Parts: sequence; structure tokens; C-alpha cells
Amino acid sequence: MCLAIPARVTELLPDAMAKVSLDGVTKTISVALLDAVAPGDYVVLHVGYALARIDAAEAERTLALLAEAGLAPGAAA
Amino acid sequence: MKYVDEYRDGTLAKQIARSIATAVEPGRRYHFMEFCGGHTHAISRYGIEDLLPDNVRMIHGPGCPVCVLPVGRMDDAIRLAQNPGVTLCTYGDLMRVPGSDGASLLKAKAAGADIRMVYSTLDALKIAEAEPAREVVFFAIGFETTTPPTAVAIEIAAKKDLTNFTVFCNHVLTPAAIRAIMESPEAKRGEVLLDGFVGPAHVSTVIGTAPYRFCAEQYRKPVVVAGFEPLDVMQAILMLVRQVNQGRAEIENQYIRAVTPTGNEKAQALVARLFEVRPSFEWRGLGEVPHGALKLRDGYARFDAENRFGIVTQKAEDNPACECGAILRGVKRPADCKLFGTVCTPETPMGSCMVSSEGSCAAHWTYGRFRQHATARAARDQVLA
Ligand code: SF4
Repeated sequence: MCLAIPARVTELLPDAMAKVSLDGVTKTISVALLDAVAPGDYVVLHVGYALARIDAAEAERTLALLAEAGLAPGAAA
Repeated sequence: MKYVDEYRDGTLAKQIARSIATAVEPGRRYHFMEFCGGHTHAISRYGIEDLLPDNVRMIHGPGCPVCVLPVGRMDDAIRLAQNPGVTLCTYGDLMRVPGSDGASLLKAKAAGADIRMVYSTLDALKIAEAEPAREVVFFAIGFETTTPPTAVAIEIAAKKDLTNFTVFCNHVLTPAAIRAIMESPEAKRGEVLLDGFVGPAHVSTVIGTAPYRFCAEQYRKPVVVAGFEPLDVMQAILMLVRQVNQGRAEIENQYIRAVTPTGNEKAQALVARLFEVRPSFEWRGLGEVPHGALKLRDGYARFDAENRFGIVTQKAEDNPACECGAILRGVKRPADCKLFGTVCTPETPMGSCMVSSEGSCAAHWTYGRFRQHATARAARDQVLA
């Protein structure tokens, strides 16, 4: 039940609701817990609510850190 | 799926495994607790333990809200549901959790109780609006991640002046439980070997990383807040190994893509407005945890099911053969329980750890039971060779 997954906001709706796409599946969720959500944003979706925005730049940075962590031993210390 | 697939790359996982194997110091043993059941599930599902060197051991922590709900509260919910005026709305995971004498919501429903599974608190609100003659109670459980959605529903109910909607609040708090683990008699006797924590990213999207500072400052244990994909967990383990090697105890953030030190302040403010900390709350496995849970503030008492239905929780005992308690405290493993896989399976759970897919016993049953330890180790050694 603690599952939370990334979802892409496709459309804002009245009453702090929004449509999101989950790999092509559309769902209506609440964005009441976030300020200034915009279509195109990726959010962390949990029990029907967006809890946080996913930061594209930090996501890239994580991938770079992961690649580094997998490099030759001793690297990325 | 974007932000998922790229963190499941098998080749990179093996490369990070090799970096972990190189980073560990041969004479040292490393014991890390993944607090959250979501991590337990990921570790079992992706066979992460099989990729770790022999001197790195993962301990499964109590971070599964279904698993730590005490029997007495489950009994309360079942009794509530049996009230003919009540419609009990619940997350699906709670249906099979055993209460006293083998009772469960599933059995109560079969016997005619009006119990409805919902995906979101907003579904429960909709039912309350559509059926004003019913007393709709939302069975709220979960950690800091799941509390704000409950708070939003109560706020909407207050705005709409709904008089037939209440919440049976069982929201619990992560940092308080970590403190309870560090303060347990076993920990004080030195029986819980623990060198650091993998912290749950989704909790920290809400509370941030700052609330874990006491762990480093008071107990000298590092915490790395990590995401739930296998590469996230592997990277967190590598970060913990490095902290231990360097004698550091710091709060680090692996899940920088959605977690900040301060978290979601809008959600925190809302939760603080509606809820207050209970002086103490029973957790299955940990016993009474000081400041371990939330209750509704007096100003919102009209939405509090405990208040409306006069619920006074009775202490109730677990099945005496069930080892969930010791497993949740990190001193036993699922296979140590004699009911595991015989009497107790996900179909017929005897304890709560077998119910939720995030429970240690369920995760071990689903992904670990049939895996031959020796072949898994051989495969790992091949990978790391
Ligand atoms: S196997 Fe079942 S009875 Fe044994 S500890 Fe796990 S949940 Fe409890």
C-alpha cells in the first residue's frame, strides 16, 4: 500500500485535481498537496495524490552518479 | 516507464555490486536496516541480497504499516464494520490482516458487513456524499507518506460540512520508530547489530531528510534516504558502506530527484493543522512507541471515529507462534518461524508480516523461498568474478 510511482501530469482539472498518464494509462488524481503543478511535470503518485515533483535535472544527476558508482573500483568515492 | 526503467538496469546493478564488493573492508561486518517494507519488497524481488558480499547483511525493519498495526486496532476496525449503520472504507491490504481469534475484515464482509475497498481517500469521501444515510468511516493507516492524503479528505469534508464522514486514525511516525529500535532492550544489550539505515524516500518526499538528524547525532548511525528501484537501493548501500569505512555518521540523500532536506512543507503544514502526536501508541513488534503515532486534534474531533463511536482499544495478543514481533525488530528472520510456509502463507496469513507484499514474511515467501541459496551465491560469484 505504500507504493508510489512516477506519473506525468497531462491536464489540470478544477478543485486541485489533475489527469496523469502512467505509461499511457490515464488516471485522475489530486494535486492539492503541491503548489503550481503544470502539465508536463512528473510527480510521485501515492494513493491518488501527487506528493512531490520529480526534478528532471536531479534525476539526470542520479543516473550520472549511478554510472560513476558502477565504474572501476575506488572511483566515485 | 520514465524514472523507473532506467533505475532497473541489470548490467549497472552488477557493476555497482562489484563496487560494493571492492569497497567493503574484509575484516568488517556491515549490518544495515532497510526501515521500509517497500525496500524489503524491492530487495527480495530483485534478489539484491544475492548481489551483496557475505559481510553485508540487510535487516528488514518495521516500516510496513499493515505489519505494525496492533491486533487490538484491527479488532476495533472489525467491530466498527459490524455496526449495521457503518460503511467501513479501507485500503485493500487490510482485508486479510488477522485480528483476534482468526477474525478479519474479509470474513466480516463475507458475513454481511459493509466494507468497501478504496484506492484513495477521495473515494471514501465520494461514498459519504452519495450515501448520506450511512456512517462512512475511513480506516486510515500508513506512515508520513499516507497521512497527507487523509488530511486532505478531512479538510474537504470540513469545507463541505459532511456529518457522516469520520476517520479511524492509525497513522504512525517513522523517526519515532527508529528511535524505539535504538532504545529497545535488545539494542541496549547489543543484540541488534546495526551500522546504518536505508531511509524511505517516499516518507522523505513529505518530511524531508532533516528529521533523521538525531540518528546521526545521538546514536552515531548513518542514514541514507533511498528510492525504491533496485539501483537506488544498491547505491544507498554503497553510500552506507563508505560512511562506515570512513567513520562518518551522516544523513545522506540518494533520492535527490524528489527529496529535499525540508520536504513538502505544504503537506507538513496541513498535517500539523489537523493532527497531533499521541503520547504513545502500540506497534506490533515494538510495543508501546512513545510519540509513535498521530491523532486528530480536538478541533477536528467530529471527524474522529474514535470519538464518534467511543472506541477504547483493548490490548490483544498475537498468535503466540508468530514471530512477526522479533522479525520487525530485526532479531529474527522469516525462516526462523515454524509456521512460515506451512500453516502461514499469503493465502492463510497467521501474522501481519505475511499479509502485505511489503511484509518480510510475504516478501520472503514470494521471492525468496524457492531460490536455492547456494545457486544464488554461485551466480553472484560468477557476476563478481
Ligand atoms: S511466517 Fe507467519 S506466523 Fe510466522 S512470523 Fe511470519 S507472519 Fe508470523
